[in-house]
Amino acid sequence: MLFFIIFILSLLASFVLPWWTIAIISFLMALFIAKTSRHAFWSGFVAIFIVWIVVALFKSVPNDHILAKRVAAVFHLPHWILLLLVTALIGGLVAGMSALTGFYVKKAFKK
Amino acid sequence: MKLFKALFTVFLTIALIWALQTKFGDLPPLGKFLNPATGFWQNAESRNITPKLTEKITGLNGGITIRYDEYMIPHIFAQNDHDLYFAQGYVTAKDRLWQMDIQTRSAAGRLSEIVGPKALDLDRYHRRMGMVYGAEQTMLMSMKDPKVKEMLEAYSDGVNAYIHSLPPKYYPIEFKLLDYAPEDFKPINCALILKLMSEVLATNSDDFAMTNTLKLFGPKVTAELFPDYPFKEDPIIPAGTKWDFKPLKIPAPSKGFIDDMTDTIKTKHGPEGIGSNNWVIGGSKTANGYPILANDPHLELTYPSIWYQMQMSAPGVNVYGVTIPGAPTIVIGYNQKIGWGVTNVDADVLDWYQIRFKDLTKNEYWYNNKWVPTKRRIEVIKIRGQADMIDSVIYTHVGPVVYANSNVKPKMSRAAFVPTGHALRWIAHDPSIEFKTLYILNRGKNYDDYRKALTYWTAPAQNFIFASVDKDIAITPNGKFPLKYKDQGKFLLDGSDPADNWQGWIPPEQNPTVKNPAQGFLSSANQSSTDTTYPYYINWRFEPYTRAKRINDRLRAMHNATVDSIRILQSDNYSIMAQDILPTMLGDIDQSKLTAKQKQFYGIIKTWDKHFDAKSVGATFFNAWWANLYNAIWADDFTVKNYLGIQLKWPSKDRTIQLLTTQKTSHWYRDTSNQLNTRQNLVNKTFNATIDSLTKKYGGLSAAWQWGTVKGSRISHLGKVDGLGSGIFSSGGTSGVINALSDTHGPSWRMVVQFGPTVEGYGIFPGGESGNPGSYFYDNFFNTWKNGQLKKLLFLSSSNDGEQHIKSTITLSNK
Repeated sequence: MLFFIIFILSLLASFVLPWWTIAIISFLMALFIAKTSRHAFWSGFVAIFIVWIVVALFKSVPNDHILAKRVAAVFHLPHWILLLLVTALIGGLVAGMSALTGFYVKKAFKK
Repeated sequence: MKLFKALFTVFLTIALIWALQTKFGDLPPLGKFLNPATGFWQNAESRNITPKLTEKITGLNGGITIRYDEYMIPHIFAQNDHDLYFAQGYVTAKDRLWQMDIQTRSAAGRLSEIVGPKALDLDRYHRRMGMVYGAEQTMLMSMKDPKVKEMLEAYSDGVNAYIHSLPPKYYPIEFKLLDYAPEDFKPINCALILKLMSEVLATNSDDFAMTNTLKLFGPKVTAELFPDYPFKEDPIIPAGTKWDFKPLKIPAPSKGFIDDMTDTIKTKHGPEGIGSNNWVIGGSKTANGYPILANDPHLELTYPSIWYQMQMSAPGVNVYGVTIPGAPTIVIGYNQKIGWGVTNVDADVLDWYQIRFKDLTKNEYWYNNKWVPTKRRIEVIKIRGQADMIDSVIYTHVGPVVYANSNVKPKMSRAAFVPTGHALRWIAHDPSIEFKTLYILNRGKNYDDYRKALTYWTAPAQNFIFASVDKDIAITPNGKFPLKYKDQGKFLLDGSDPADNWQGWIPPEQNPTVKNPAQGFLSSANQSSTDTTYPYYINWRFEPYTRAKRINDRLRAMHNATVDSIRILQSDNYSIMAQDILPTMLGDIDQSKLTAKQKQFYGIIKTWDKHFDAKSVGATFFNAWWANLYNAIWADDFTVKNYLGIQLKWPSKDRTIQLLTTQKTSHWYRDTSNQLNTRQNLVNKTFNATIDSLTKKYGGLSAAWQWGTVKGSRISHLGKVDGLGSGIFSSGGTSGVINALSDTHGPSWRMVVQFGPTVEGYGIFPGGESGNPGSYFYDNFFNTWKNGQLKKLLFLSSSNDGEQHIKSTITLSNK
């Protein structure tokens, strides 16, 4: 449930809002829905990991990955897939941490 | 505990997001750069091109149609001049926004604003050389001309209309890498682009090194080694051409003096052979009876390309060619009446004047037998992450004192030629209106328009070549040339003596020019403008004649020339220098004393066809052998002992060839370890040393010895970002042959125009129209260019023409 909500909202937000709104979405959703710390972190992490891969590929596939290959070379990465994974990892980490924060904040205020 | 956990994760998450939004060192902010919503992934262009786009913008006088062909080259159709240049700014920004931004920033000394203090020396150099001052002078004159003013303003408005319509997620990738945003484009940026051209093409000054050389060797040796006219020459204006004007009185030389300055820069042998070719062949020598015009300017090759192709059409003008992003008009091109091209004139338009200040405040200096006040110009340099730097530059009657003393002079190779304590007199500081020249040429109909256009050109001086459907051909080494006494500015000048000032100007109509010569062709390749009969002094040194000689030899022999014969000539790799010197070198080799291995190499070089082809081993050997021989002659005399540490001017290739071909013995052949003064000794010694050093470097004879591999050409990204350039490729050519492709410099645009009832153009540049590394059109011309081929240029007669070539149409109209 948490996973799907973060996934859907972030996917929609990614077309109009700045990238760090994923942090706000993950935080707020976890604040309301998260069951455990693990549930919160992994829901956020996996949701954004996938969203960012989807959004990146949405641009990169019709481009035959010309740009991804060049930018991989800029960062001395041997393959553009690694660039995609680093991208997804960073997004996942931010969302996971934000969701975790949401969960702990909820716990802190719930007596 | 619960509270602590909550606070801790809050802190950690905020820190993480902050870190991902922040630039550390040269790395872009990772979250900002990598996120797919607004980061670099958004710059990936789809293979599907939108066929029709309509944009509503403000500030147009009418409607504009822009047709993009299969190479995404824009063809602009506007209803008036204003809209034409508006559209030019708009489409150029669409493809090359970052290039325009970074080049004008660099010229204006504003790189530190975006990359921090590491660019400070370069920024100060540009400010102190008076780049902004010069641009302001150009604007003063240009904005007084209503047509030019309209053009510069409309172009800027067009660029800004595009910038304002651009959401940050579509900022060019370099903005994202460097983490900054585009700013509004100002008309003065166009003038800064001109100053950048002058910096690249008209700052070639040896005055400082020449003065040191004069001090070390004395006047007799200096005159002997650095003659005022080359040993071998084939001037641009064919030798013997008569001058049909009465020249002005040549100013008398000043008393002059040699100042006793020293400097800490080590001596360096400057590069030769950077330049450009252009030529035109008259109807008497072509297959269709009309002229053919060719041009290939040689510059540092970059992605995005220096040039941007387009067609520009409005009532009274329909012109095709290349533009420089950041400046309006077509710079090199053709219309249905005329065509023109340019190569650099190596004119002496930059001089240094020693200034004697009254005291350390430097508020007054000695001029014309009295103390005169200096002026100060304040330059504020913004630095990313630091407080602004305020730089105060001293100005004298000649110009800025670039580095008033040696502790402000940076150890930067670009600044090495600046003598400290000297004021700079540079043509790029004079009021000017170069855009008027291009405005008229773009609309030119005949020879008279060409001559009129040239009178407005100041700098950088260019050899303007010309052809027309009227079957006229012409060439003019053209610019604003100072009226000087002979060799004025060959050495440092005296800032206190009015007799050392520039004494006026060569009248523009007396610049060297020739029309429809008997030989039926004309050319230029940066060599001497004229023979020695021209009454005025332009410079004592020009680029070697080697490319020019080859071009003229080939054109002389050419009959029934076609576009293809001209195209092949543009990629010609034959070395006139090898032709001039190799027989002498080989003649000195004593074959009876050679080992088997040496004989093998002797065979290779003896049978070499003197072409610097990609697969040639002979070219590799000759190139190394020549360098060794040149060094063996001069290094001992011109590498000055460290404690002196001054920079000297080394004798030219031409002078070295003169020495070698005319003197079997000379004291220059002698060095500390070898008291023999014979040429034969040096030739044999360097022949053997070349075999040894090449074998050590490349092993046994193999593909590693091939010239293309040894040379290793490459095209770098303009911002030197790894991975966005071409990578190293093997290719023929070298500086000094027509196909002047060295490791980093080469033909940046090859154009051939065939005149006839319909004028047809052919052209190619290394790169592509788009400046976006995520575009299919970033480097799509590269292979065609590398293979020495040209593309037929699509010249549309109207916006409905050539429908089968059109991939996309943008319509701009008023909101």
